[in-house]
Amino acid sequence: MAVLELHGLRKEFAGQTILHGLDLRLDDGEMLVIVGASGCGKSTLLRLIAGLELPSGGQIMLDGAQITERDPAARDIAMVFQNYALYPHMSVFQNMAYGLKLRHQSKEEINRRVTEAAELLGITPLLARKPRELSGGQRQRVAMGRAIVREPKLFLFDEPLSNLDARLRVQMRGEIRRLQQRLGITSLYVTHDQVEAMTMADRLIVMHQGVAAQIATPMEVFARPANIYVAGFIGAPSMNFCTGRLVGAGDEAALGFGAQVRLPGRFISASGNVTIGVRPEHLMLDPAGSPMTIDLIEPLGSECLVHGKLADDTAITMRLPGDRPAHDHLTISLPPSHLHVFDTESGVRLEAIS
Amino acid sequence: MRRRPDYLAHVILLFGVLIFIFPIWLMFAGATQDAGAINRGDISLLPRLSHLGVFMRALTYNGGVKGGVPVWHMLLISLAMALAIAAGKIVISLLSAFAVSFFRFPFRQVAFWIIFITLMLPVEVRIIPTYSVMASLHLVNSFTGLTMPLIASATATLLFRQVFVAVPDELVEAAKMDGAGPMRFLVDILIPVTSANLAALFVILFVYGWNQYLWPLLVATDPRYQTVILGIVQMIGVDQLIQWNMVMATTCLAILPPVLVVVLMQRWFVKGLAETDK
Ligand SMILES: Nc1ncnc2c1ncn2[C@@H]1O[C@H](COP(=O)(O)OP(=O)(O)OP(=O)(O)O)[C@@H](O)[C@H]1O
Ligand SMILES: [Mg+2]
Repeated sequence: MAVLELHGLRKEFAGQTILHGLDLRLDDGEMLVIVGASGCGKSTLLRLIAGLELPSGGQIMLDGAQITERDPAARDIAMVFQNYALYPHMSVFQNMAYGLKLRHQSKEEINRRVTEAAELLGITPLLARKPRELSGGQRQRVAMGRAIVREPKLFLFDEPLSNLDARLRVQMRGEIRRLQQRLGITSLYVTHDQVEAMTMADRLIVMHQGVAAQIATPMEVFARPANIYVAGFIGAPSMNFCTGRLVGAGDEAALGFGAQVRLPGRFISASGNVTIGVRPEHLMLDPAGSPMTIDLIEPLGSECLVHGKLADDTAITMRLPGDRPAHDHLTISLPPSHLHVFDTESGVRLEAIS
Repeated sequence: MRRRPDYLAHVILLFGVLIFIFPIWLMFAGATQDAGAINRGDISLLPRLSHLGVFMRALTYNGGVKGGVPVWHMLLISLAMALAIAAGKIVISLLSAFAVSFFRFPFRQVAFWIIFITLMLPVEVRIIPTYSVMASLHLVNSFTGLTMPLIASATATLLFRQVFVAVPDELVEAAKMDGAGPMRFLVDILIPVTSANLAALFVILFVYGWNQYLWPLLVATDPRYQTVILGIVQMIGVDQLIQWNMVMATTCLAILPPVLVVVLMQRWFVKGLAETDK
């Protein structure tokens, strides 16, 4: 049960800044999921919190105590690694008990905790096995077990499911979430799987080049992305973007491909240049709309993805019911209520002024 | 998918085995002949089973020299020397490889290169200065003098470093988070995880120590420290008629311990190798 706070956490490697001053607060029992492209500093952030690296600046507080430079073992934090990092020469039981043994817990206590955790994870029959005699999913559970028995204040997960096949991933993702909620342990979870991020998170951090681009609930991030990067990163297939200019009273935009669209309100942008975002599922077929040339159709069963170009070569993706569109040429329009408006220069989301 | 046995390969292998086994067989057969017969050159490839007692007699044979120690004593000295060298080298190189692989300290690279350079200076190259150091420390004709200079070498350090570099970082970090300090990590995780390599290296180093010739020849002039390898050479160097059957019996005895070590440890490290593969 713990609250984690980061104040201006920075990390440089050889003069290159990887994390640019991150502020964050994790509430007790909260599951915070970090997503972001490869190399944006997700693992680095976890490793700083775990104490496996020391920050170049800023502070880490756990339950109000300064732990910025504390030894990893003294932090009361457990981590689940991507490749599980089980000790290959120890049995499942020994793997789970090792941390407790080093903390000089009594034999009975170790037995009790390991048995309980094994029960919880359904790995009791495996306790005597060595890691090499386990399947990927079972190893994953043991790695979880090793973290659970420590009864830590904070769980760190670094892409724990990325080595599993798709089905198992779906199953384990539910299990981890249930377990985390049941134990009520504050958790930070790194993934670059969007679905994992959306389904598991109480709140989401979208990281971009060492900066938290947005910190909010998954639905909030999806419905109101804070900037163009987040808008493009969250949601599959990605949001479509068209550049244009605000016209009239700021409640309409003239877009690059020749159309003029109504916006969901009045907007103000310093330069007048805006980028309009619309998700593939929100584009509408409209006989009076703008023409789109199709260059690829991806059938997904009950629906299909249509990739194509608008008049000014803007790439566009549309999600349509059925396995293919009825015509080779589509005419589409942008529904005002589903448009996201961003400032082209800064990339920041613009809100309608009332 | 089953393939039919490759007969040609087996024939070639068998031929190779014969080539290797022949001198050993000759040695074994020769040990059971008369000394005179071997000197005349008519050595039979058939061992005389009634003369197997020669191996027992060889154990107490003193090499045909006055004041010579019996062969069993030489074997013990060799065994102790080989064990000390293998164990000493493993301990030293394990620790130094541990230091250069897992710790960041000033001049780490320098330390590593200095260790590396000693590779170019085996005992044979630095034998005179080494001898003079041993002499000034009054370690000539002592067990320490016999083993210590042979223990200091970088080969094993380099091998261990390669093995340690291959240990996944996450394993190190998991141990750190579990609360293992450096020495705990070394003992609880690193040594067990690399035990297969340890076993393999032990075998190599044991054989290396057992086969030492030049250094013991210089530093162990007292018969009390005579190794079996030196003993055999000495048996051939006597003025009287060479007791070839004794020489060959002693040689047979002298190859037994290394063979035993290889056979026993091989099982262990092959098992270990199979285990690390996940
Ligand atoms: N020890 C290190 N020394 C130098 N640079 C490092 C070190 N560790 C990480 N980096 C750099 O920091 C950046 C962020 O790395 P990090 O591992 O945090 O990325 P990530 O977001 O976890 O990516 P992925 O999704 O691929 O795991 C990368 O550019 C990487 O090259
Ligand atoms: Mg990573």
